[in-house]
Amino acid sequence: MNILSKIRQIPFWSWFWFILGALYFLLPLYATVNFSLRMERDVIGFKAYIRAFEDPEFLETFLYSNMLAFLTIVASIILIVPTAYWIRLRLPEARRIVEFITLLPFVVPAIILVFGLIRIYSSPITIPFTEINLFQPLTTFEVGTDILIIAGYVVLGLPYMYRSVDTGMRTVDVRTLTEAAQSLGASWFTIILRVILPNIRAALLSGALLTFAIVVGEVTLASFLGVPAFGPYLFLLGQHRAYEPAALSFASFLMTWLAMGLIQMFTGGQGQTAGTH
Amino acid sequence: MAQTALKPKSSFPASGWKNWIGVAPFFLFAILFLVLPSLRLVMGSFTDSDGRFTFANILQLFQEQAILDAYWLSIRISAATAVGGGIFGFLLAYSVTVGGLPKPLRSALITFSGVASNFAGVPLAFAFIATLGRTGFVTALIKELFGVNLYQQTDFDLYSFWGLSLTYMYFQFPLMVLIMAPALDGLKREWREAAENLGASTFQYWSKVAFPVLLPSILGSMILLFGNAFGAYATAYALTGGRLGIITIQIGAQIRGDVLHNPGLGYAMAMGMVVVMAISLMGYSWLQKQSERWLR
Repeated sequence: MNILSKIRQIPFWSWFWFILGALYFLLPLYATVNFSLRMERDVIGFKAYIRAFEDPEFLETFLYSNMLAFLTIVASIILIVPTAYWIRLRLPEARRIVEFITLLPFVVPAIILVFGLIRIYSSPITIPFTEINLFQPLTTFEVGTDILIIAGYVVLGLPYMYRSVDTGMRTVDVRTLTEAAQSLGASWFTIILRVILPNIRAALLSGALLTFAIVVGEVTLASFLGVPAFGPYLFLLGQHRAYEPAALSFASFLMTWLAMGLIQMFTGGQGQTAGTH
Repeated sequence: MAQTALKPKSSFPASGWKNWIGVAPFFLFAILFLVLPSLRLVMGSFTDSDGRFTFANILQLFQEQAILDAYWLSIRISAATAVGGGIFGFLLAYSVTVGGLPKPLRSALITFSGVASNFAGVPLAFAFIATLGRTGFVTALIKELFGVNLYQQTDFDLYSFWGLSLTYMYFQFPLMVLIMAPALDGLKREWREAAENLGASTFQYWSKVAFPVLLPSILGSMILLFGNAFGAYATAYALTGGRLGIITIQIGAQIRGDVLHNPGLGYAMAMGMVVVMAISLMGYSWLQKQSERWLR
């Protein structure tokens, strides 16, 4: 009887769904690893990984994507932190419209965004109603394309970065900190850089890692704007190779895991989610 | 003291419009890289090839069978993975919150959900090819265990409706877990106790109290999942190489070259997507407000 009642206490259905979920999570990963280790006939080995990492193009595209991610993070912080700070301090009436704008990327998916960006910035930009060219079409030169894609990534990350920063600022008393810094003679620049930023560093880090996870493997913007990034490289590799793409897919999974693990470590809260699927 | 700190009028004189200069860079950025590109598509969809205003593109959108099929396929896949992922994600969230599973399993599931909901695009497609492709691990496993060859004896194809839906599920249900777990935590213990004191069974408690409270939040999350799948491009493109004609892939083809032979129609297609996304976001935020009445 005792054993029976204990068995009855086991939440059967909870375990059932949990195990089913665990299988859904793990099977594709196991299949990918399993496949990636079988490049040589009848041998389990890391040859696919060595081959994949040895390819100079892998390193180039991967470093390039990391650079894009870094610049995107810096640009988002420069754009969003002062804005969120100013709204909290002086301009609460702008909160609704700014929050609305940060939600727009949910309505305009990456494929639509890149469509619009290409149509606007592939022709020279003129001052309205005149024939005077302000600058060259951004898509025709390298730096211009980089600016365009970084701006696109800032847009894609906007909802997550803004929410992170805004949540971070809610927990610090922005007004008192500003007054204290001002009475010591600090400029606006100093206040943001040396008072506000350090106080919201956990929130910044979580927003930054989320942005990193979005940018590093991103394909849609990168392939349509034709930049040599990691996402399109992996896609092309998959067209004519079998084992190396599997190896790199698993490596990307580990990287996503690392980014999310760090977010959890620094915020200690619920996992966050973003994504360009 | 706290009151004076909240209203320091002396040190922060309200100076009206000048304060807006502080947020000007943000607005400038949003206009340049978000509003203008979107407006360009809207204007393009109301312009004919000679640059005149027209409704023809919008009308043609509803007459071209290929385009309607693409929208319909996208809507079906998004709805299937939203409902399927929503139900499965809810059950998973239930099992680790109020379902009585050990605590460590909860944090394991939440962490994994955070990773999986961000794991998408090309790597996800490759992972599913290694799992359910012709020579995939699970394909071979099913053949060995049940003697069924998925690709010869059944209609299954990874590069079809069901294949893409199964792949999307990998980021859909984890997203549901992440949203529902806090909502389930919001169910107050007092409600259950009150229901039990009044003689309610577990089933009655769930059907009359907990479920109605959770319903707006469940539906809202499903709408979010719908939008999540509807706008997806990279995963589908990497998986099917552009063979499965969902709407994002059709738009992608139109960007690469004017395959419709009418740029205006391409813009209209893009605008149609934005309209669907906007309607879902409005539905989501309305349901969100409903759910906040009980759950905080």
